[in-house]
Amino acid sequence: MFAFIVKRVSQGLVVMLAVAFLAFLMFRFLGDPIDSMVLEDATTQQREELRVKMGLDDPFPVQFGRFVVNAVQGEFGISYRNRRPVKNLIAERLPATLELVFFAALFSFALGIPLGVYTALNRYGVVSQMLQFVSLIGISMPTFVTGILLILTFSVNLNWLPSFGRGDVVDIGWWSTGLLTTSGIKSLVLPSLMLGLFQITLIMRLVRSEMLEVLRTDYIKFARARGLSNRAVNFGHALKNTMVPLITIAGLQIGGLIAFAIITETVFQWPGMGFLFIQAVSFIDVPVMSAYLFLVAFMFVVINSTVDLLYFRVDPRLRVDSGRAGSHTI
Amino acid sequence: MMTRIEKFFDSDIYYSFRRSKLTVTAFWVLMVLLASALFAPVLAPFDPYDISTLDLMKSELPPAWQSGGDATHLLGTDTQARDLLSTILYGSRVSLIVGFASVGLAIVLGVSLGLISGFAGGMIDAIIMRVADVFISFPAILVALLINGVLRGAMPRELHDQLAIVVLILSIGLTNWVSYARTVRGLAMVEKGKEYVQAAHVIGLHPTLVIFKHIMPNVMGPVLVIATISLGMAVLTEATLSFLGVGMPATEPSLGTLIRIGNEYLFSGIWWVVIFPSVVLAVLVLAVNLLGDWLRDALNPKLR
Repeated sequence: MFAFIVKRVSQGLVVMLAVAFLAFLMFRFLGDPIDSMVLEDATTQQREELRVKMGLDDPFPVQFGRFVVNAVQGEFGISYRNRRPVKNLIAERLPATLELVFFAALFSFALGIPLGVYTALNRYGVVSQMLQFVSLIGISMPTFVTGILLILTFSVNLNWLPSFGRGDVVDIGWWSTGLLTTSGIKSLVLPSLMLGLFQITLIMRLVRSEMLEVLRTDYIKFARARGLSNRAVNFGHALKNTMVPLITIAGLQIGGLIAFAIITETVFQWPGMGFLFIQAVSFIDVPVMSAYLFLVAFMFVVINSTVDLLYFRVDPRLRVDSGRAGSHTI
Repeated sequence: MMTRIEKFFDSDIYYSFRRSKLTVTAFWVLMVLLASALFAPVLAPFDPYDISTLDLMKSELPPAWQSGGDATHLLGTDTQARDLLSTILYGSRVSLIVGFASVGLAIVLGVSLGLISGFAGGMIDAIIMRVADVFISFPAILVALLINGVLRGAMPRELHDQLAIVVLILSIGLTNWVSYARTVRGLAMVEKGKEYVQAAHVIGLHPTLVIFKHIMPNVMGPVLVIATISLGMAVLTEATLSFLGVGMPATEPSLGTLIRIGNEYLFSGIWWVVIFPSVVLAVLVLAVNLLGDWLRDALNPKLR
């Protein structure tokens, strides 16, 4: 177990170093950083002075080392577009994205798992067949189209819910939350629905196919032969064993939610990190791009490692196998 | 002697295709979309790129069957008085060009890297596969956005609109090579131990020739399946990038650009500018996905 953790953490570090190197290359070679910092009429001398002051004429490895040290402390320089420290920009936007992702994930699991179980248990029912087909459409439908349809229905036609922004927010320390005001909660409904809908279809299809697989196994047949109630067999035995692969997918889903939040935030003009990032990409604001890349990579590494560890804990077979064959098999 | 065409109509694959009504429908829908995109200049009633034909008096016309609609503009016009049916025809053409070209690029890159990786082994294999690991651990849309930003950052600003289509093809193609490389690598490792490869070595053929002439044809089956499935993904990614404003410019719109433009006017009640391109996009992707699903099952003997 300990060897496994060490291995995972060191793998994560390697990925982070690779990402840091990419971010550094972007920062260093995508346009001249000096150009974006000096005034239009700066002389060559002034430029050279700034270059020396910023350490841009140091050897390459020295510069990379400095970049990594700064990145670990959260320093990514000044945004080209907003003229403000990237650190502050990100810190302002982070709560909005995390609240959105949290509720989208909650929503997709709360609906996706029951729907998956239902369609697996009533495989040939009319409702199940319909759900299967609707979910196929759901997978093929671009997420931004779903968002636009939601706005068209609930904001333009019915005028029930706001279509952009976060509503009123309350600051708790540095965390600005929209959960304490009515307008904040109302604003959260449509974006988290849009972000969650795509994931519901995925989770539903996954739970369904896993459940069907498990229901075919011998121990389920044996449980039925023992005269256990349907309820005990379906939920006590079958669903429990479906949960193992679901954990892996859940981790990937949360990563996907963070990425797809970029689209949701653009549709709803949600003031989160994704919206900041897409603006940075269209203006080629390199410090913001590299900071976002670094942060998201970090989140992904943490999520993936946690999932692997959880998997290891939940599934006893993995532990037995690795104990027998030695730790190098993982 | 049966000709090749007769052989095809007699095959298991054609039988399984004909038996599935959904797949046949998807196939014909896709063919209609492909043909209308290919012949857009002939089919489209107007040329949306020709500014001189635009009559601003006719902007924001609703579809022909609604009151106030004009029979010459079947699906209505957008805010710049462009005929919506024509822009959609030309737009799906752009979307499909980007889709096919990026899948082609991903195949060339992925298959070559996969072959090299599986054939060479050792250090080269390790490096290629670690790079692939990094790529696969991030969602495709994020990688495509980053490559897009880097490419546009590396070229002068005034070229952005002209080269938009190239940037899109590169950013989507460079994102999707990993699945090909991984599959082909696995297959190449199996193939390279077989006798016909040893025989090719023995008669003194150059390793490059062995890889591309002898091994490659034997690993292309699964590549076809991945290509079909990833065509849907590629079209969707293009639409998303264009929707986010970093894809095709408004002067040469793809379906995603049209949806973005329509989205800006959502509140003025001009629903048709956003709904029609969305429907075409969704139907296109759905048809490709249905075909991909069928092809995967049909070529996989285990699932029969």
